Amino acid sequence: MERNITCIICPRGCSLTVTVDGENTKVIGHSCPKGEKYGIDECVNPVRTVTSIVRVTNREDTMVSVKTADPIPKAEIFDLMKLIRETTVEAPVKIGDIIIENVYGTNVIATKDIK
Amino acid sequence: MLEHDIVIIGGGPAGMAAAVAAWDKGATDIVILDRDDDIGGILRQCIHNGFGLHKLGRELTGPEYAAVYKKKVEERHIKVYYETMVTDLTADRVVTASNRDGILKIKAKAVILAMGCRERSRGALNISGKRPAGVYSAGTAQKLMNCEGYMVGKRAVILGSGDIGLIMARRMSLEGAKVEAVCELMPYSGGLTRNIVQCLEDFNIPLYLSTTVCEIHGDRRLEGVTIAEVDENRRVIEETKRYIPCDTLLLSVGLIPENELTRAAGIPIDPITNGAIVDEHRETEVKGIFACGNVLQVHDLVDYVSDEAEIAGMSAAELVLNGRTDGTAVNTAAGNGVRYVLPQRISNTDSDVALFMRVVKPFGKVRFTVKSGDEVLATAVRIKAAPGEMEKIVVKSSKLALAKDTVTVSLEEI
Ligand SMILES: Cc1cc2nc3c(=O)[nH]c(=O)nc-3n(C[C@H](O)[C@H](O)[C@H](O)COP(=O)(O)OP(=O)(O)OC[C@H]3O[C@@H](n4cnc5c(N)ncnc54)[C@H](O)[C@@H]3O)c2cc1C
Ligand code: SF4
Repeated sequence: MERNITCIICPRGCSLTVTVDGENTKVIGHSCPKGEKYGIDECVNPVRTVTSIVRVTNREDTMVSVKTADPIPKAEIFDLMKLIRETTVEAPVKIGDIIIENVYGTNVIATKDIK
Repeated sequence: MLEHDIVIIGGGPAGMAAAVAAWDKGATDIVILDRDDDIGGILRQCIHNGFGLHKLGRELTGPEYAAVYKKKVEERHIKVYYETMVTDLTADRVVTASNRDGILKIKAKAVILAMGCRERSRGALNISGKRPAGVYSAGTAQKLMNCEGYMVGKRAVILGSGDIGLIMARRMSLEGAKVEAVCELMPYSGGLTRNIVQCLEDFNIPLYLSTTVCEIHGDRRLEGVTIAEVDENRRVIEETKRYIPCDTLLLSVGLIPENELTRAAGIPIDPITNGAIVDEHRETEVKGIFACGNVLQVHDLVDYVSDEAEIAGMSAAELVLNGRTDGTAVNTAAGNGVRYVLPQRISNTDSDVALFMRVVKPFGKVRFTVKSGDEVLATAVRIKAAPGEMEKIVVKSSKLALAKDTVTVSLEEI
């Protein structure tokens, strides 16, 4: 399978053509090694940091913002979102507190303090 | 009347960084006034990541970036007046504000303007139709969703492909809404490539360039919009009109610096940046009043906001502590291919000065040339230049000393 993607590692934004074939995945169009690595990762195992919000039950109309501590596989984003939507927390919350533990190899943590 | 050395209007990333920089320079009699119940400004609603890579060397979300600076403000015991709205400013630096305790008047030795910007609303556009519910500016929708947990709709069209529009396309998709399209009036997107990939392509959201929303349908709740392509004069091409059903329209059509107070003080405004005219210290044409952040020029990266605010904070501290004598002054100007240059004036050619600018349209490889008369002061080559990405060129003091006349920045494609 061949895919055309844009490298987003630096502002140059090279157009990459990636031929996806397991171990033998090849990239053309990159201008530096970083781009080659990005091309392979993006086509073989794309990951994203997911950010969202979780309701704080003991504060009126208050949400705490959260993120995955590490990027997770792109394919799992919507499953994780479902989990996040079903989650609530109680204040106080501090930045870095674990809100959901051990999902897709990482934790969902708070990115805001709620007193 | 209260008296303080430095009064900072606005406690967003600009106000906080200016306060910290001024304090670290030795001016410790500083107050920050903010109309909100917390400091952090627009970052409080920007829950996505992508902040701080340049400045802090790691990628943070908006609230986390704000918290880094809030901590610095608290560690220095800098006084913050919350829920305090500044209503007037005079050229002799009397700041009037109101809060629950009444009216506050402060005479300052230096004032730093850091009020940020607001979004252009539908009124600024020419879309026909009634005023049904479901039409929001993108930033308002962002605040409702991210701070209050209120979902604005299920099926959306977004007008404007700047970063805020792109970020909101992803945000709504993540929450289960269907984003039918992002329409962009210009033939190119003003957003970062990274956002086009991660906010649109990841969610299979189409981006229609040279396309606008020309009609809004629905009486009480939005039912749909008519979109159409535009020609090179940005006029709607009738045959291309088509209807898209949707319950939400988000407008992400530009930001306007909040300069009411700047005008009240009689400070001259640059018609291109819509912010005050400043020198390299970020001092306006009215002595002792400085400006930084989005109120001065619309920034896309908060990292640059913090940098700019540090310059303003340090300069204000310097003025308060030591006074200042300026050397030879020259103006700057935008030449071929360049939309604006900031600072608009260089008061002192004795030290290196960083010039910031935006280009008029997307270019391939370009060479920027900074000239005064026939003297070339600096050049810089870039593999790409786009209006969405601010450029920075440093001019050495040894070269600046040669500037006898206006310093012009222009570009040529190479
Ligand atoms: C939706 C959106 C998404 C963004 N995404 C990114 C991103 O991904 N990465 C990135 O690096 N940058 C991003 N930015 C840019 C960055 O966040 C801004 O450039 C930055 O926040 C501007 O800081 P500021 O302090 O100048 O203004 P603001 O953050 O707007 O702060 C202004 C402050 O002044 C206060 N104020 C205004 N008027 C008054 C008054 N009269 N009296 C008292 N207080 C007043 C306000 O309450 C506010 O707290 C984004 C911006 C927006 C709007
Ligand atoms: S391939 Fe290299 S040069 Fe090209 S955009 Fe990616 S990181 Fe930049």
